[in-house]
Amino acid sequence: MPNKTFFWFFLPTGLAMILFIGLPIISTGIQSFYAQHDQVVKEVKKCDPFGCTVSIVVDQEKTSKIREEKPLGKFNGFGTYVDRNHLAVEEIGNFWNETNSFGEFVDQVTNLPFYKALIFTLTYCLFVTPNVLLLGFIIALSLNAVTRRIRGPLIFGTILPMIVTPLVGSLVLFWMIDAEGIIGANLQMLMDDPYLSLKSSKTLTWITIIIYGIWHHSPFAFVVFYAALQTVPQEPVEAAIIDGASRWQRVRHIVLPHIYPVVTFVALISLMDNFRVFEPIIGFSAEGSAQSLSWLIYDNLVNEEVILFGSAAATSMMTIVGIAILLAPVLIRTWKEFRTAR
Amino acid sequence: MKKILISLLFLLFGTSVYADCNIKSGSINILANDFPALRTFVETAKGCKGSADFKVTHSSEHNKIAVPALTANPSEFSARIAANSSIVPLMNQDLIRPLDDLVKKYGKGIQDSQLITIDGKIMAVAFMANTQHLYYREDVLKELGIAVPKTYEEVVAASEKIRASGKMQYPYAAAYKAGWNLAEEFVNMYIGHGGEFFKAGTAQPSINNAKGVATLNMLKKLAGLSNPDYLTHDSEAIKVEWESGNVALMTLWASRSGTLLDDDGDAKITTATKLTGPATVAGGNIPAATLWWDGFTLAKNRSDADAEATFRALAHAAANKKMVADAADQAVWLIEGFKPGPKSIGVIEAVKMKAKPYPMLPQMGLMHGALGSEIVEFLQGKESAEQALKDVEAAYMSKAKEQGFL
Repeated sequence: MPNKTFFWFFLPTGLAMILFIGLPIISTGIQSFYAQHDQVVKEVKKCDPFGCTVSIVVDQEKTSKIREEKPLGKFNGFGTYVDRNHLAVEEIGNFWNETNSFGEFVDQVTNLPFYKALIFTLTYCLFVTPNVLLLGFIIALSLNAVTRRIRGPLIFGTILPMIVTPLVGSLVLFWMIDAEGIIGANLQMLMDDPYLSLKSSKTLTWITIIIYGIWHHSPFAFVVFYAALQTVPQEPVEAAIIDGASRWQRVRHIVLPHIYPVVTFVALISLMDNFRVFEPIIGFSAEGSAQSLSWLIYDNLVNEEVILFGSAAATSMMTIVGIAILLAPVLIRTWKEFRTAR
Repeated sequence: MKKILISLLFLLFGTSVYADCNIKSGSINILANDFPALRTFVETAKGCKGSADFKVTHSSEHNKIAVPALTANPSEFSARIAANSSIVPLMNQDLIRPLDDLVKKYGKGIQDSQLITIDGKIMAVAFMANTQHLYYREDVLKELGIAVPKTYEEVVAASEKIRASGKMQYPYAAAYKAGWNLAEEFVNMYIGHGGEFFKAGTAQPSINNAKGVATLNMLKKLAGLSNPDYLTHDSEAIKVEWESGNVALMTLWASRSGTLLDDDGDAKITTATKLTGPATVAGGNIPAATLWWDGFTLAKNRSDADAEATFRALAHAAANKKMVADAADQAVWLIEGFKPGPKSIGVIEAVKMKAKPYPMLPQMGLMHGALGSEIVEFLQGKESAEQALKDVEAAYMSKAKEQGFL
């Protein structure tokens, strides 16, 4: 496609992307550098049906004046980024000086909300992404080998987990793993431990969410791989069969190299998706044991009666940076290949 | 056909009796939490909407909608049914209007005790009270010869006895779901210990003390007697546990008593379900519970005409003796003419025992949020009480700094 045609072709999408993705990100970025003005409070008498007390309220007259002058708030620079609920630079420094062993230091750091969330998010990515790729590929290969007559219904069944809304999917599983649910109760029988509860232990909750993640995301990998498998040329495969190559050798040396770009693509998308893991935490009511970066943003925005825009914005920006870092190796590699191909 | 006609006539007649507010214009749009008493209240208000446009949104996610919806100008809602805690963010952001003039003009029948005044201005009109108190299974306690517990120490002893008897594995339940619910349990227990959340007159936290530690230890003891999934259980979940007969002692909202004592479910459990006041703890006099009111507030960013129409409709409900008589078992109404029934024992007892209201402080929401996530690891046995309280204070301080309170 000539560059000019491409430009006009891409223009509407590009504009929409700038409008709906670019500008909001810039606005979020700006917001993350601001904090609320210092609250001017005053002591007043408050009366309710249970009696009167002297207490404090925000002085609206004075506050509104400050707000009108600077509606964005107080410039805070990277203040929100480095505070205890985010990167906690100062706290980590203190831990380093105070703790006696490295293990203790790690314990202290992973007790901070941002690092706690980061560790869960990375663990989730690390376990889910490769398993999704592997499982998706295996399913695609197997389905490709099945006779055409039953392939349709099988494909439909396989992509069901993706069709089910994540929240509904996780809720269904949440009830099934309940101590009185079908999976929970059977596990108790199997393990011969009537007190076994998947929801009360942190490790088991993590495992449940990760398994759910693999279950939910595999169909996507499968669909893309299955489509790619249809484009594998038959001649080299047949030639390999004549040469006496085993099934594994054919997959390893013909199929995989052929669909390699697609594998990269699925890996990229999966990584991005998994880094933003959120719905299963809500669905499984797992806030107590597992928090992700996206959940932190959600928590700042809704869980408290006061909305913490600065905190939420800072975590959002760091999530974007995190995704960029994760994707960097793959992107650099693709770019290099693109250069050599030209 | 005749029957339909008659009932139609009745309906028309019925509504014409209600429609005595004579509201000619304006548009009314209400945001409220979702439980039976509030539905009754809003329905009553609707009865006198006259020719005004009337809309209502009942949602358990009301807290998440309120501030953004009322910040818009004109705001999406003309009124918000709020409580002690949820009025605070509205006050902080200056989103609700004083009601003095409207109360003077249209507030006939509203009692003085219903008015929430802040700095001499009426900011809300309360109509019902709520608290968390004890529920118990009379049959189970009687069979094992246990007296109705009055303190949390007795709750622990009773639960241990029930467990030892083999009748129930997890005899106690409370809404310990990580987040808002768990934090609310801490707030109750800490107040029961006589604790203060902030250094007097400042927004500096002061929970990392002996009372805080005692509070956490008591919560952990109770959690140990609850279903191991307690960190995922909210009020609805423990209600289900209760109705399936798995629980003999429970701390739950008074506003939920209606659904526990209705005809649905196992009749044996329902008849054995009894209510009593909130428990005290650590030898304290005041109960480990907070008093709550529910009342209506009017949005500031909305026309005066809409505010007037909304006020008149809601005031009609907030001074409605008929509603109070008809729905006497749905809530503890603060409205004149309310005769407390058996379902209001909990709140009445709490008031008698001089329970404290939930602290209406501008920075309390931040403390509540920090508590909800930072004490979880202590309950899971992953860190010490002191460390958990230190974490709460640190998390709170960062948030309070960002919000300009420190």
